[in-house]
Amino acid sequence: MSLAPHLPALQVVLPLLTAPAAVLLRSGGAAFLLVTAAAWGAFAISLGLWQQTAGGEVISYAIGNWPPPWGIELRVDRLSAFVLVLVAGMAAVVLPYCRQSIEREIPRDQHYLFYAMFALCLTGLLGITITGDAFNIFVFLEISSLATYVLIALGRDRRALVAAYQYLIVGTIGATFIVIGIGLLYLTTGTLNLADIGTRLPQVSGERPVLAALAFLTVGICLKLALFPLHQWLPNAYTFAPSAVTAFLAATATKVSVYVLLRFYFSVFGESLVFDRLPLPGIMLLLSLAAMFVASAVAAFQDDLKRLLAYSSVAQIGYITLGLSFDSQSGLTATIVHLFNHGLTKGALFMLAGCLVAVAGGSGLARLAGIGRAMPVTAFGIVLGGLSLIGVPGTVGFVSKWYLVLAALEKGQWWLVMAIVGSSLLAVVYVWRFVEIAWFREPPAGLPADRRLPLSLQAPAWLLVAATVYFGLDASFTVGSAAAAAEQLLGMTR
Amino acid sequence: MSLASHFSYWVTIFLMVAGLFIVIARGNLIKKLVGLAIFQTSVYLLYIAPGKLIGGTAPILAEEFKVYSSPLPHVLILTAIVVGVATLALGLALVVRIRETYGSIEEDEILAADLADGETEAGR
Repeated sequence: MSLAPHLPALQVVLPLLTAPAAVLLRSGGAAFLLVTAAAWGAFAISLGLWQQTAGGEVISYAIGNWPPPWGIELRVDRLSAFVLVLVAGMAAVVLPYCRQSIEREIPRDQHYLFYAMFALCLTGLLGITITGDAFNIFVFLEISSLATYVLIALGRDRRALVAAYQYLIVGTIGATFIVIGIGLLYLTTGTLNLADIGTRLPQVSGERPVLAALAFLTVGICLKLALFPLHQWLPNAYTFAPSAVTAFLAATATKVSVYVLLRFYFSVFGESLVFDRLPLPGIMLLLSLAAMFVASAVAAFQDDLKRLLAYSSVAQIGYITLGLSFDSQSGLTATIVHLFNHGLTKGALFMLAGCLVAVAGGSGLARLAGIGRAMPVTAFGIVLGGLSLIGVPGTVGFVSKWYLVLAALEKGQWWLVMAIVGSSLLAVVYVWRFVEIAWFREPPAGLPADRRLPLSLQAPAWLLVAATVYFGLDASFTVGSAAAAAEQLLGMTR
Repeated sequence: MSLASHFSYWVTIFLMVAGLFIVIARGNLIKKLVGLAIFQTSVYLLYIAPGKLIGGTAPILAEEFKVYSSPLPHVLILTAIVVGVATLALGLALVVRIRETYGSIEEDEILAADLADGETEAGR
């Protein structure tokens, strides 16, 4: 029996099985090895799936041999393969970092539970991306969300508990909105398979339930992806979660939600309903611009490095949805590219911020005064990541913004080009704020003399920094995959 | 198309809106979770009520049964109930931990305590 045809199932099952195994092992070290091995396995599988779908084939896997639309279908096309590579890849990079990072932040007797939760979160995110069944999306969404709430609550500050509680309330409302939308689609079409819903929707006579479903799904998913002004849960959750958790979530969770939005818009409802007949592009454009400007401006006034980066994430999500609002192939390419690029950049930034926290004892900017002189290499990495947030040539941020600007020009919207450049200037302000505090202030006396960091903290973070520069110089993998995925996505509805 | 024929939808929507209102309007963390549970329960009704056909039976393959109710919504909602229970359990566990560290389950008192925390931190 060959394993190759079962790669889609293994993609989800592999990390899923390690979660209970990690609990049974009851040892942090063994759980770490197991979950890390599973994450690397999942990464290898995702690369295999990416390679199989690169030519434009769509892999359909019938779970338990029940053919779709009756059984649950796993469905991999270019877009889902690309997102799978991002999610599994980030897990594979963040997990080696976890070991030393949670050693400093989480009591040792809880370590094996941490890895179990991490594996569940990874399972959920991979499952959302790979499934072709609407209700299955909800189930995997809740698996990843419940694991995320626990991971956030493990932060050592007591405010982590409140942040996790608030995220639980908002996240559950979002997931319930999504399940209401899916329910309305199921009532009107009688099927739960995404592709099947897509083919049956045009024949539905009554349109009102479909529009209601679209509205519920849009609001629910936008809550999960933290589109301005539905982002209130995000800053606290990112600030108080353990550093490794923040790095993983910032790089993957919101990006997977963007994927779900794209999947519903293009594969289920169809472009003509969403973009031509409803004022959705206008609303999306307005909210994206608001996110880009308001969240960037708010970021510049934060007193905490992790919170500053969290608000920057809200702003960057604005760029992702901005590309979506153009409703063109180049706009969609920009969205998908930025989804990947921003995941890399924020993963790198939060991991390096975690390195600073490990030495300085907190992420408050007051504690980090003069840290650039005390820890020049790590602080330099943060500046490199910051340059990518601004969009300086040579970093991945530039590639994303380049394609966004091209898409805006294609629409003839000169003022949008000005808006993209203008909001990048706001990013300069908040990145400069870190530079100013890290280099032009005196280091506080309390900084420990031993500031060496273990290799397992530095190497994964620098790997991602290197990736932000590498994919900024050679964007053939990211832009090539994204353009092909956008083409396939738009081809589905035309 | 009368009010009565859409009875189940009216109940569903009432529970939905009432639950959501409780989540937003109440400052007590437990009451918020109660509202959330009501909100989720309304969705169970949204799925199950349309699955019932008057006079329909369970899908039994036999001569005398001609009209079947769809069993699929029940199966889906069984999953959703499990998710709801897990969410509620986790939410309550978080409230217990919050009560242990803050000594309160009122949102405004917790926010006030956080604000005080933030000020002492900035002063350091």
